[in-house]
Amino acid sequence: MSNEGVIYRISGPVVTATGMNAAMYDVVRVGHEGLMGEVIELHGDKAVIQVYEDTSGIRPGEPVLNTEETLSVSLGPGLLTQIYDGIQRPLATLEEVMGVFITRGVDADAFDMEKTWTFEPQVAKGDEVVSGQVIGHVQETETIVHKIMVPPGKSGKVKSIESGDFNVTQTVCVFEDGTELQMMQKWPVRSPRPYTQKYAPDTPLVTGMRILDFLFPLAKGGAAGIPGPFGSGKTVTQQSLAKYSDAQLVVYIGCGERGNEMTEVLDEFPHLIDPNTGKPLMNRTVMIANTSNMPVAAREASVYTGITIAEYFRDMGYDVALMADSTSRWAEAMREISSRLEEMPGEEGYPAYLSSRIAEFYERAGRVETLNGDDGSVTVIGAVSPPGGDISEPVSQGTLRIVKVFWGLDAGLARQRHFPAINWLNSYSLYPQSLDQWFRDNIAQDFPEIRTQISGLLQIEAELQEIVQLVGSDALPVDQQLTLEVARMIREFFLQQNGFHDVDAYCDIHLQYHMAKAILSFQEAAKGAMADGALLNDVVNVPARSDLMRGRFEKGYIDRIEEMVKEMNEQIANAVEAN
Amino acid sequence: MKMTGKEYRTITDVKGPLVFLNKTEPVAFGEIVTLRLANGDIKNGQVLDTSDDLVIVQVFEGTAKINRETGVTFMGDVFKLPVSTDLVGRILDGAGRPRDGGPEIVADEKADIIGAAINPYSRQSPHDFIQTGISAIDCCTTLVRGQKLPIFSASGLPHNDIALQIARQAKLKDSDEEFIVVFCAMGITAEEYNFFRSDLERTGALENAVLFVNLADDPAVERIITPRLALTAAEYLAFEKDYHVLVIYTDMTNYCDALRQIGAAREEVPGRRGYPGYMYTDLAMLYERAGIVKGKKGSITQFPILTMPGDDITHPIPDLSGYITEGQIVISRELHQQGIYPPINVLPSLSRLMGSCIGAETTREDHKSVSDQMYAAYAQGRELRGLVAIVGEDALNERDKQLLDFSGVFEDQFLRQSRDEDRSINETLDLCWTLMSSIDTKYLVRLDQKWIEKYHPDNRE
Repeated sequence: MSNEGVIYRISGPVVTATGMNAAMYDVVRVGHEGLMGEVIELHGDKAVIQVYEDTSGIRPGEPVLNTEETLSVSLGPGLLTQIYDGIQRPLATLEEVMGVFITRGVDADAFDMEKTWTFEPQVAKGDEVVSGQVIGHVQETETIVHKIMVPPGKSGKVKSIESGDFNVTQTVCVFEDGTELQMMQKWPVRSPRPYTQKYAPDTPLVTGMRILDFLFPLAKGGAAGIPGPFGSGKTVTQQSLAKYSDAQLVVYIGCGERGNEMTEVLDEFPHLIDPNTGKPLMNRTVMIANTSNMPVAAREASVYTGITIAEYFRDMGYDVALMADSTSRWAEAMREISSRLEEMPGEEGYPAYLSSRIAEFYERAGRVETLNGDDGSVTVIGAVSPPGGDISEPVSQGTLRIVKVFWGLDAGLARQRHFPAINWLNSYSLYPQSLDQWFRDNIAQDFPEIRTQISGLLQIEAELQEIVQLVGSDALPVDQQLTLEVARMIREFFLQQNGFHDVDAYCDIHLQYHMAKAILSFQEAAKGAMADGALLNDVVNVPARSDLMRGRFEKGYIDRIEEMVKEMNEQIANAVEAN
Repeated sequence: MKMTGKEYRTITDVKGPLVFLNKTEPVAFGEIVTLRLANGDIKNGQVLDTSDDLVIVQVFEGTAKINRETGVTFMGDVFKLPVSTDLVGRILDGAGRPRDGGPEIVADEKADIIGAAINPYSRQSPHDFIQTGISAIDCCTTLVRGQKLPIFSASGLPHNDIALQIARQAKLKDSDEEFIVVFCAMGITAEEYNFFRSDLERTGALENAVLFVNLADDPAVERIITPRLALTAAEYLAFEKDYHVLVIYTDMTNYCDALRQIGAAREEVPGRRGYPGYMYTDLAMLYERAGIVKGKKGSITQFPILTMPGDDITHPIPDLSGYITEGQIVISRELHQQGIYPPINVLPSLSRLMGSCIGAETTREDHKSVSDQMYAAYAQGRELRGLVAIVGEDALNERDKQLLDFSGVFEDQFLRQSRDEDRSINETLDLCWTLMSSIDTKYLVRLDQKWIEKYHPDNRE
């Protein structure tokens, strides 16, 4: 049988072809223009293909060519700083070829195949090397060393290995058995890359966002879901994470989202400095932008493209963070394709395999021992866009069943311009137990206890608020009124954070601890003063407290905060005498 | 385009807006189709599904009178709109034919109405502030050139007045550069259409406008292509002819209902409330045609109007729109009934691109601070109204009393303005300061101290 068939039927992004001896997930070229597609169903000789480009104008009878390869990404030096569409075509190259509008039938290499990199070998002739082992490295960007690994499944004894300048397709290493290795390797996107074993996460992914790090920490190698209605700040949160989290590499997937928002990221990132290394952020970033109006099948593929790239860097021993904004658009792409296939739907028209696909995707996160014995991690943070903000829908539910961290965005908070609009009452993290030791060792011995006090105050506030709703705050006893003031301080001073402010956007974890302590210190001082006869109003309105609260917008706050707390406490103590 | 294709008489089924044909020549997906009825009438359609055995055609003008004798001709090409600058000043029907009695459009070129996606890498971030002269919008949900900002309204609310006021007053700050308005009507009543048309005529804006009109009694399925025609015209004017284009389309709800009608006829598995599962992608193909691209002078700003069925913002139409557009302006029935125009509820309203276009260089240095404070104070004031209803005003403390009073003043003086009142951004921001001065400064925690010193009425003598 030949690998060339003909189109039988076209229905939007789904094309059926006959006579090309297809296997599941084979990549095919559809029509005279050679549009890229992937086989997703077989019926006898008929193969159902999802096509990654617009199909209008294509006719039955046009040829289809089976490449007999599965959908794969190219992995090698040159990945970093790139901006891809869902099937790893660089957007910059597409612009050169087609202009500002994305037309179709254009192939583009994932990165410059001609560019040479200085390869430095790490093994020598005669060494036995195994699958996943690092044989050399390339300094890809200022901050990232790109390790060249033996592709999974290959091993042998090194017959020769070169050093010097090579492009990614030139052979740098040959085994005794004749196997040639290049710096570039390919990997099918739908298969997880292998590792030796998974570890339990024990280090937090520090994000610089107070509510996340302090109350609902995420572990390196963990998975988090951020569901929220539109306008609640999912994208801003994801972008802050991409900017400030202490991952060594970031893969950012804009999956079915707004074009202008993607452009904002593309404009902004090259100018941003990584607070952890002082170097441009772009140096550690790979972006995938498949906006909502780009072909839906490529959107379906984009999350796999992204996570495969993330796993590749994990295998080098890096901590990688992957943001997918938004996984709901990915699920909708699955739904759209599924409905074209006339599959029996599950809930709300989504395919019955939705939850298992979501689970498989998040399960590719994790902290692992790599094949070469190193320690690497992929942390996955998925935004979810539930219709009407109601998280009882299938995508949110499928996500919540698998992730251990839930950052629930809240439209009400967003309307009050409380950002990040993460609801502190219904969000959760299941990691504190495994991370507390890290916090004790690296930040402060009493870190977990302080956290418990802060979240306890917020809980009490919620209960008191119910009473206030009925009788007004003046009807409460003064000690409870003080509790409300303290809780308000937690909300306005600690939980609120301005993601666009030069200083406030990133808050050092040590400073977070000091700020939390400052709030508790206020509570204690105020309690003491009020027991001695000071009035709540005087205690709350001491000028040093406003200074303390405004101080977070200024540089060097961490050096001054203890002094400011002292000043505040003195003024509160004086409030007793004033009375 | 080949005009003399073979005529087929192989119709097997007709269902709603769809016609099913047996074996034909290989027909392209998306190809344009003409159907000739026994009485000589011509209808147009488009191929939705094609295979060796079966072709499904969606008929724009409705399937009345179609029978097995109807002749079907495939035109060999996808739907294209003849475009030229002659479009400006013209009124066309929902399928792009002249409706004003004028001549056919002489085409400079023919453009595919589906439109290609703009490469995100080739977009330019919108950052030019558009002053609409409406305080609620300019201060709180600032509009940016190249943005898509829908109006979420409901039946019986004055969204049309607001859209027209924006179309009349919209300008770049310190510039007289005008917009070309592309107006796209989908299933609105003749009365509404006449209202738009006469207003555009009265202000002379009609000369600088292109109207695509599909009214309530025009074929519903035609509404699927009307916005695509309008946007194709807009893209041509913006990206080929350097105009700044403002696209107003109304009513998106009718568009989505037409989409549902076709989905139902195809027996597709429906998503929420019977709307097709691909509605998000479909809407994105329209909304995402707003923007500015590198190396082109023009821009497309979109103002879609949609009426929320049952005032429900979680209904799939506003919901999916909100996930695609860059914010929303929400019209409130409650404010309207209090007699406030424009009845914009700023709390659920949002402009996502606002951050990129406000500040010292564009609007004023204190804009962000002022806007945040206005929002926060109004939100808290509104919340207190519920409390007052239960415990009475006397139970409030001083701070809460001030915030409560402020929420009233906010609606009465900040929101309320007349239909032809064009406030400059400076006037709007000064008004904000005047109104906020009724609240003790120590409660205005969102305002930077330096702006209080500079702009607070107490400090400005």
